[in-house]
Amino acid sequence: MVTSAELLAAAAFAGGGHPQAFPSFGSERSGAPVVAYCRIDDEPIRSHEPIAEPDVVIVQDPTLLHQVAVFDGLRPGGTVLVNTGKTAAELGIAELPGLPRVVTVPAGQIGREHIGRPMPGPALLGAFAAVTGAIALPALEAALRERFPGDLGDANAAAARAAHDREVASAAPA
Amino acid sequence: MTDPTRIRYAQVGTRAVGNRLLDPAERALQSDPRRANAITSGHRACRGCGEALAARSVVDAAMAVAGGRVVAANATGCLEVFSTPYPESSWQLPWIHSVFANAPSVAAGIAAGLRARGRDDIRVLGQGGDGGTVDIGFACLSGMFERNDDVLFVCYDNGGYMNTGAQRSGATPPGAATTTTPAVPGRPGAELGQGKSAPLVAMAHEIPYVATATIADLHDLEAKVRRAMEIRGARYLHVLSTCPLGWGSDSALSIELARLAVETGLFPVFEARDGEVVDATPIRRRRPVEDYLRPQRRFAHLFEPEPQRDVLDALQRRADRNIARFGLDRHA
Amino acid sequence: MLRLLEGSMAVAETVGRCRPDVIAAYPISPQTHIVEALSRAVRAGELGDCELLNVESEFAAMSACIGAAAVGARPYTATASQGLLYMSEALFNAAGLGLPIVMTVANRAIGAPINIWNDHSDALSQRDSGWIQLFAESIQEAVDLHVQAYRLAETLSLPVMVCMDGFVLTHAHEPVEVPDADAVDAFLPRVAPAQVLDPDAPQTIGAMVGPDAFTEVRYLMHHKQMAALDAIPHIAGEFAAAFGRDSGGLVRGYRLDGAETVVVAMGSVMGAIEEVVDELRDGGVPVGALALRCFRPTPTAELREALAPARRVVVVEKAMSPGTGGIVGADVRRALDGCDTRVHDVIAGLGGRPITKASLRTLLARAREDRLGALSFLDLDRDRVAAELARAGTPTAPGGHAAQALAAAGLWEEDA
Repeated sequence: MVTSAELLAAAAFAGGGHPQAFPSFGSERSGAPVVAYCRIDDEPIRSHEPIAEPDVVIVQDPTLLHQVAVFDGLRPGGTVLVNTGKTAAELGIAELPGLPRVVTVPAGQIGREHIGRPMPGPALLGAFAAVTGAIALPALEAALRERFPGDLGDANAAAARAAHDREVASAAPA
Repeated sequence: MTDPTRIRYAQVGTRAVGNRLLDPAERALQSDPRRANAITSGHRACRGCGEALAARSVVDAAMAVAGGRVVAANATGCLEVFSTPYPESSWQLPWIHSVFANAPSVAAGIAAGLRARGRDDIRVLGQGGDGGTVDIGFACLSGMFERNDDVLFVCYDNGGYMNTGAQRSGATPPGAATTTTPAVPGRPGAELGQGKSAPLVAMAHEIPYVATATIADLHDLEAKVRRAMEIRGARYLHVLSTCPLGWGSDSALSIELARLAVETGLFPVFEARDGEVVDATPIRRRRPVEDYLRPQRRFAHLFEPEPQRDVLDALQRRADRNIARFGLDRHA
Repeated sequence: MLRLLEGSMAVAETVGRCRPDVIAAYPISPQTHIVEALSRAVRAGELGDCELLNVESEFAAMSACIGAAAVGARPYTATASQGLLYMSEALFNAAGLGLPIVMTVANRAIGAPINIWNDHSDALSQRDSGWIQLFAESIQEAVDLHVQAYRLAETLSLPVMVCMDGFVLTHAHEPVEVPDADAVDAFLPRVAPAQVLDPDAPQTIGAMVGPDAFTEVRYLMHHKQMAALDAIPHIAGEFAAAFGRDSGGLVRGYRLDGAETVVVAMGSVMGAIEEVVDELRDGGVPVGALALRCFRPTPTAELREALAPARRVVVVEKAMSPGTGGIVGADVRRALDGCDTRVHDVIAGLGGRPITKASLRTLLARAREDRLGALSFLDLDRDRVAAELARAGTPTAPGGHAAQALAAAGLWEEDA
């Protein structure tokens, strides 16, 4: 999760933006819920406070949906991306307060297909790029290739692209 | 006229005849006017101070091996206090005093700094008393040992915090009265079963060189410093240094008392390399512990008003154990 | 060239370019990434002849820096919180001996209770040590301050502490420019030390000084700190000329023109404060802000000049002196002695509690309505405090306030 926020920042930076990414600082233990934040702006960002009113919430672990107040502070009309093969209705998040747009992404599965392991990060970010336009896919791919060496970088980029294209296709008029 | 250097001396190996009748090569460095005299006269040590005598021998011996290129880091304590009464200083080598507990770390920093600057021809000496070394400085000492920093650390052990008025330290011998282990009727003074051996701890770190020495044999002390200085890495020297004030002894007996500590077996003299004892100085003439204890008022309560036999026996057993452990009985 | 870097990494890279000779490394949250990065760099041979000492405690870390500085080597270490306290004796010693040392403090709260998150209590607890204390508002400024710190330390022969908010700045990723290596070399030439342990010219360092001379020695130390008040802006100016950025210095005013109310703070919270000031100014409200960039020595004249025209000053600070109140506030009051300006201490952000723009807006509204007392605690959960105080008289479960809190939540079970 921490890496995903960094990658998001890296993609934004590669696209010429001014990002800021940071984890919610806990004594992070493997298996415990973790939150990370990312701000993206065209100008340098001055404030460092945790994001209380996000425009977008990305949920990598759907088991947290009903355990942690994941959507607190989400702006009306905001966007939620969830790593899952289920539908929003099946997850019980089809009608959240403020009616944000909910996008389900089988990111783990896409990760398994392209990277060989069910890593949801790259696919979620690819979908994020398609859905919000806040980062560009080529910048995301470049950031993934820089972060992960050789074939692994290519695999991550492929997963991002696959998720991105899937969103673009599903948004296109039938 | 018989050539005096061909006379066979009865006390072989003791050099008791005195330096000027010895072959120059066998004389103590302190007899050489060309010695560094790194701690020069004018310091404020007590008369009969064992630490001043030991430090003089140690530092000059180190300077001789290193061609005068030695930097010293000194802990707070008697040696530091009596040698640097502002604005005067006795030290004729570069010398720094930081705080009580950190002399080993300061020395480590000096060694690293010199090495980084391409000057590891300059050698580093750390110095402290027993309080600063075995108690408050113990963590820093251990850290320096386990990193194998290129430092020779010398502990001048007078068995207590003498600078502050003779309080008990982790090196205070069991049975000794100090101001914080006062002798009260029926109590031994410093408790039996307490105290630690810094030389053994040093050996447990398996550093290249560990040795004990006393002010009773300055040749041996100098030789050990020389041997230590020929090695790189962490080295530790533990020197028994009489404190007439703290021990309640006659200042003229300082060297004699150190010799008695050795000859009773209470202070074993040995050398170790990489954690193994490689040499131990056998006791020439075994003495019972009481011979060492009686001349010191810090042990007077063991004899007056009634002998504390159980404590005396315990101390004798301790001495016996040292002798067995280090193989000090030349007749064994 | 801007690169997206984690704050710790940017600082580590910058320190590397300052060519330290000895790095004493001991880990403590939230500084660990700095010493880890430097260890990697040393191992990879990127730092030349630099020696890295993995010391056994922070006390040993500062002691090793003392030894290194004493032989004319350039030292570095980093710490936070409990670690800074543990080296306190050595801090006072280093300053008293006048040794040039630079240290990063990744500001973190001091226990008990143990807390790993950001506030300023660690650095402020050592404010009398004689160290120069500089506070970075951003990762970029933290980077820049390390370069300036070495110049300052070696010019004055005094140790310098560069403070950056733990986690908030150390663990954030932002675009930052690490100063060019050649430019840093030009900015930090090797300086002959004021005192040095050299066998060719032996000196005694650290003698005992008695009542007859101690006051004078300490006065000279104070004098040297006062000289830093000139050196710091001078070096910041030289830095700006060489690197093109305004970092460091003593204070930085933000929209002070005609400001009736000025918020004073140190470190990263200035970002949120500035955004709130901008919002209010857009609405015609005359507020401004002042960043205190150098905490020790206290830039008294600069504080007075900047704040005296204001009607009120709100000092938002991330530390406090129990039983007394604000620490920065006390310095601000002293600087404004004789002026009509009212000073309000606001203790905020302790132990990592975020200082939100919403809270700042509310705070400033109260201040402007003159409803702010001399001392207040931002975002204090009064209900929780009241409940604990009430319970303290009649405990429902054995143990301290943690046990009481569990009991109140119905989670306490007596042992069978």
